[in-house]
Amino acid sequence: MIDTLIGSYNYWIVIFLMMTGFYIVISRGNLIKKVIGLNIFQTSVFLLYVSIGKIRGGTAPIMSDDFTLYSNPLPGVLILTAIVVGVATTAVALALVVRIREAYETIEEDEIYGQDSA
Amino acid sequence: MIGQHLPVLQIIVPLIAAPLCILLHRRSPVIGFTILVCWLTFGASLMLLERVLAEGSIVYEMGGWAAPWGIEYRVDALSAFVLVFVSAIGAIVMTYAPRSLVSEIPEARHYLFCSVYLLCLTGLLGIAITGDLFNLFVFLEISALSSYVLIAMGGDRRSLPAAFQYLVMGTIGATFILIGIGLMYMTTGTLNMADMAARLPTSGVRTVLVAFGFLTVGISLKMALFPLHVWLPNAYAYAPSVVTAFLAATATKVSVYIFLRFVFSVFGSEFVFGARALDAILMPLSIAGIFVASTVAIFQTDIKRMLAYSSVAQIGYMTLGISFASVTGLTAGIVHLFNHALMKGGLFMAMGCIMFSLHSVQLEDMRGLGRRMPLTMMAWVIGGLGLIGVPLTVGFVSKWYLIEAALERDWWWVAALLLASSLLALAYVWRVVETAYFREPLDHDGEVREAPLSMLVPTWILIGATIVFGVMTTRSAGVARLAAEVLLGGAP
Repeated sequence: MIDTLIGSYNYWIVIFLMMTGFYIVISRGNLIKKVIGLNIFQTSVFLLYVSIGKIRGGTAPIMSDDFTLYSNPLPGVLILTAIVVGVATTAVALALVVRIREAYETIEEDEIYGQDSA
Repeated sequence: MIGQHLPVLQIIVPLIAAPLCILLHRRSPVIGFTILVCWLTFGASLMLLERVLAEGSIVYEMGGWAAPWGIEYRVDALSAFVLVFVSAIGAIVMTYAPRSLVSEIPEARHYLFCSVYLLCLTGLLGIAITGDLFNLFVFLEISALSSYVLIAMGGDRRSLPAAFQYLVMGTIGATFILIGIGLMYMTTGTLNMADMAARLPTSGVRTVLVAFGFLTVGISLKMALFPLHVWLPNAYAYAPSVVTAFLAATATKVSVYIFLRFVFSVFGSEFVFGARALDAILMPLSIAGIFVASTVAIFQTDIKRMLAYSSVAQIGYMTLGISFASVTGLTAGIVHLFNHALMKGGLFMAMGCIMFSLHSVQLEDMRGLGRRMPLTMMAWVIGGLGLIGVPLTVGFVSKWYLIEAALERDWWWVAALLLASSLLALAYVWRVVETAYFREPLDHDGEVREAPLSMLVPTWILIGATIVFGVMTTRSAGVARLAAEVLLGGAP
């Protein structure tokens, strides 16, 4: 029991980060904080993918007689793509925040919606 | 020789055209070029559909690498059907766009609009054609990112928070899908859909269950299934008219396609509806969505917002059809994808015409519009009749199949609820009809004239199609039934 708890510590980190990021996105009204929360949320998934590919003692997949145990490189490659997607999402989000600030003079969610309903 | 590479051309042509738009830069060549590319894409998808109907599924190996090592494109009846209507809407809306854009987006930004529009089209088509799960995620994000940009392009400042909210919810949805795909890769060691379907352990593996949960919630966010629809009304109401017409007709439909793919081609209906009883959740949510969203639509004063709520309700009809898990129910769901794309595309294009001439989409300002803009309002009314489900329109075909599927199962109360929901649609459509035809026009709208022909003709093509496919149902419903049979028959 203890072994599985400690042995899979990487997954606990993933879950902790995921919930932290998700909570920030839901609970904060500040748009920049929302973007940061979204980033933490996405990063947790990157860690999940990296964990999947890792084998203890495994090396990179190089053809050589010295190594017999390899880690799976595919999840790492996939997550490079996902990181690019994450960067693009953050860029679009920040650009939107800049334009919201120009149009509303604030980046607090309740003040933005307050201005439009008034 | 070129026919062999049709599946990849379908995606590559708009993808390469998007950066070319930025290089071309000058307004009129860019717009002409974009329209040409959209119609070429439509032509390619029509040829693909013909081939699929004649020869069965087409498999295209990217770069000659065989699946499951390489990425494969797989076109079956459902994919081809989705490809055809998405690219058709893309081409018709783009033909309609030039005049509408002038009044809503500064001319200096039109080349950027064209570029992002093509990227969005690429993403949506890519989702429909790919046979690889991670590839699907990438295309999903291409279409999503470009749709956030498209929504925020309008002059209305309320579109900015709407786009931001869509971005946050869309990213959460996409990340949930990514988690689900990761967990499934963990269990099976493959990303190819057909390969995964063969290897997926069907009973008792908790990782698969968790993956299924994440995927269901993520896709439901993307397709705006009630109660995860909150991003949709604002995004559609404040986006430029062209963008609303395009996204309303395609984006959520493609998400429904993703749902169908996962449920039937990867997990298998046995697992989803038999072992996990998803229908027990999906059906109440669909029916609740139909009723709540239709009721909210009745009380809207902004007509674009009203139609957006109606879209949430229509998504309910599609998922309801899926939740029957029978060939008839699935046919209803799939044919409604197509039918609703025609109706909503046409209706939002009519709203674009009204926006062009009236500079407003508020119900109050539309008084007496039936006399000022007879052709536009006539198109609107026919589209509205389709939403209600009046015979001879496509809406009737969808509801007919839905009710047939409900009666097949002896769920007469579902059939009764479906009929009752049509009355709600009648209520919100009637409010517009009454205002436009039976109220005195405003005094100062002497200069309000009919929209230009370049906008009216594409609008009427879509609205006309709702009648054509409402009368001659064999073509659309036939392909939908074939797609439903392929899905329920097992692997794609």
